[in-house]
Amino acid sequence: MKLTIQVNEGPYQHQSADSAYYFAKAALEKGHEIYRIFFYHDGVNNGTRLTTPPQDDRNIVARWTELAQEHDIDMVLCVAAAQRRGIVDDGEAERNGKDATNIAPGFRISGLGQLVEGGIQSDRLVVFGD
Amino acid sequence: MSTTKKFLYINRKAPYGTIYAWEALEVVLIGAAFEQDVSVAFMDDGVYQLVKGQDTSGIGMKNFSPTYAALGDFEITKIYVEKESLEERGLTLDDLQHLVWEDEDEDWAEKDSIRLVSRAELGGVLAEQDVLFNF
Repeated sequence: MKLTIQVNEGPYQHQSADSAYYFAKAALEKGHEIYRIFFYHDGVNNGTRLTTPPQDDRNIVARWTELAQEHDIDMVLCVAAAQRRGIVDDGEAERNGKDATNIAPGFRISGLGQLVEGGIQSDRLVVFGD
Repeated sequence: MSTTKKFLYINRKAPYGTIYAWEALEVVLIGAAFEQDVSVAFMDDGVYQLVKGQDTSGIGMKNFSPTYAALGDFEITKIYVEKESLEERGLTLDDLQHLVWEDEDEDWAEKDSIRLVSRAELGGVLAEQDVLFNF
C-alpha cells in the first residue's frame, strides 16, 4: 500500500513525532511504500538540525534523517509553517534575507500542495497529531 | 491530474488559542486548486470557527474568520456543521456566518453552503470519503 504520513506536532513536546516514526518504520518493514512524509503545524520542528537532545534520549531529528536516507523517503516541511517557526533552508534564507539555515539533511521545504497531492497519490493518508 | 477523490477537512478546534484552525484553512484554500471533490466539516469546538461577528482586537491575533466566506468562490460548497456540537455549546445556525456559493448551472443562484447534520449523519459523510484531514 502507498502511504502519505502527516505529522502535526513538534518533537519531544508530543508523542506524535515518535508514533509517526514507529508507524513509518513498521510500514516499511511490512513492505508498504511511503510516498511522502509531510510535516505541518509545529511538526516542522522535526526538521531542524540544531536539535541537541540529552545524550541518553532519542534523537528524533537524526532518526528521521536516517530513515529518509535509508529508504529514500520524500520528507517535506510546509513552507508557510516553517517560515512562521524559523525553519530555514538555503532558498528560504536567500528569499527572506536570513543569516543562517537550520534544515536537517533528508528534509526539504515545499508548499501545502505537496500534502494535498500526497492525499491524491496515496492509498492512505495517515495523520499524527491532536 | 486525472484522479478525483473525495476530500473532507475536519475542523475540531476553537479558532484561537492554537493555530490549528488557521493553518487548516490554509490547507483547504491551497487544496481547492487540485480540483478534488472537497467538503469541510466543523464539529466539537470547531463550530466556534464559524461564529459570526468575531472580534480579535483584544488578543492581538488576526481575525481570519472573514476568509470562510470566500470558500464558495473556491468552489467549496459542502460545509457540514454538526448539530450536537452546536447544541452542546448553546449555539444555533443563526450564530454562524451565512455561507453561500453561486451555482453556475442555475444562473449563478446563491445557495447555502452550510448543511446542518446530526452526529450520526456526519459519521456517514466521513465513511464516504477517500481522504480525511483532521485538524
